[in-house]
Amino acid sequence: MLLLLFRLSFLSFFPSLSLSQHFAPTGTKPHQRISVSLNFKQRKQREEKRRMMMKLDTSGLESFSAAVPSAMAAAEDQLFAPPSFDLPAGCADFDKFQMEAKQTLKHAKGTTTLAFIFNQGVIVAADSRASMGGYISSQSVKKIIEINPYMLGTMAGGAADCQFWHRNLGIKCRLHELANKRRISVTGASKLLANILYSYRGMGLSIGTMIAGWDEKGPGLYYVDSEGGRLKGNRFSVGSGSPYAYGVLDNGYRPDMTVDEAHELARRAIYHATFRDGASGGVVSVYHVGPNGWKKLSGDDVSELHYKYYPVQPTPVEHEMVDAPPA
Amino acid sequence: MALRGDWMYENNGGTCVAIAGIDYCVVAADTRLSVGYNILTRDHSKICSLADKVVLASSGFQGDIRALHKNLAARHLLYQHQHNKQMSCPAMGQLLSNTLYYKRFFPYYAFNVLGGLDNEGKGCVFTYDAVGSYERVGYSAQGSGSSLIMPVLDNQLKSPSPLLLPARDAVTPLSETEAVDLVKDVFASATERDIYTGDKLEIVVINASGIKREYLELRKD
Repeated sequence: MLLLLFRLSFLSFFPSLSLSQHFAPTGTKPHQRISVSLNFKQRKQREEKRRMMMKLDTSGLESFSAAVPSAMAAAEDQLFAPPSFDLPAGCADFDKFQMEAKQTLKHAKGTTTLAFIFNQGVIVAADSRASMGGYISSQSVKKIIEINPYMLGTMAGGAADCQFWHRNLGIKCRLHELANKRRISVTGASKLLANILYSYRGMGLSIGTMIAGWDEKGPGLYYVDSEGGRLKGNRFSVGSGSPYAYGVLDNGYRPDMTVDEAHELARRAIYHATFRDGASGGVVSVYHVGPNGWKKLSGDDVSELHYKYYPVQPTPVEHEMVDAPPA
Repeated sequence: MALRGDWMYENNGGTCVAIAGIDYCVVAADTRLSVGYNILTRDHSKICSLADKVVLASSGFQGDIRALHKNLAARHLLYQHQHNKQMSCPAMGQLLSNTLYYKRFFPYYAFNVLGGLDNEGKGCVFTYDAVGSYERVGYSAQGSGSSLIMPVLDNQLKSPSPLLLPARDAVTPLSETEAVDLVKDVFASATERDIYTGDKLEIVVINASGIKREYLELRKD
């Protein structure tokens, strides 16, 4: 556990550790890195001498039983054998155990999120259902994470992974602001996150996120995932319901929409995804990122949206059923 | 279950529930500890009182739960020494989430429910998954009986989602005694249908005047 903690802190909190300290040839002492101009022959002689000094005299370390006849040697091997013990359960294949442990504790996944750029900025929308296998663990998860007042991140995949790394990204963005006296760009923020996720590649993190914001260059939208991928684009949808959302989104998209039209398009796209995808549902949240930062446009329960879009048509009935009169 | 050579966890069962009210918070857990079909003890508390206004209930693997509770209690002590005040419930909520996530690749097998009062004195419940994803909710159940209890709580206590815009008032209107009665009913029902829940119910109520503990006998079969 300590090793893992060290690794975590090592990778994420010391990004500027110089690589040369890892790949320095063994045996060179620090002071020898001072460059001295010698001719080729003198340099070769120096190296020879160094290598000679490195050779250790191991005659004293030879096993005492080598000098003794073999009958005794067997008994002595047991007496002088290094102490050994059975490896504790689980250590035989720790990597496999780790993978299984992560699979068993099924974290929440299954979602629909989308984001697109248009002339008036960026629209970001998401559902709010979290499922653990077949059980709905929550219908009110915040999947649009407010990194800072002008940047949003979406959550898809492992809920804990997304929450933790987005919070970490917010901290890094703030540190950037303090160190450089200006806000970080969307390009920079997405790169920071993508680099962290790349370094954890293959370890089982599950994150499919979009970083949307407005910086000096205008609206920005990047897709970043836990495989280490980072894509710049105009339209993205992530999650198990994304095919359905893409269908509606791609059909209705025009770059010259008004904010209201874009809002309605995003809301419809998520609603249709929640209608057909079992792992998406709850409340559709829609945000708009403009030059002054993000603003939440709406939060609607999808079942209410359903009856709003498809009101119940009164159909003619032959026999009308009447409630039994109260006793 | 523990006999498989490569498996380092064990599920000791049990259920935890928390309900947040206007000025109180109820946290409850059963006291049965089991391994497989055996009951090891009928008198094991799953609830840890971390601060004046913060109580944590966890079910899952008791080894990890003990370690987690100890860890948090120690961190709280450090906080008190550094800041000269008790930790608030939202702060403890964030701390627990980070503690769980730091063991992302060898998780604490603990399903937690944190209850308490926030800085304004309102009831506050945080619910977690095993790796630290958390959310502030009005009520929650975790553990082996959670899928039996949550639908009942949804039926009785479901409030408009905090994500709706325009925002709708989401406070549970029940009084403290009504909430405690609901918890007792819900555990009695869960005990009927879940083999890992039963024996005794420990109920902790946190309000402005402090922490109160109550016990209720449940079915022992």
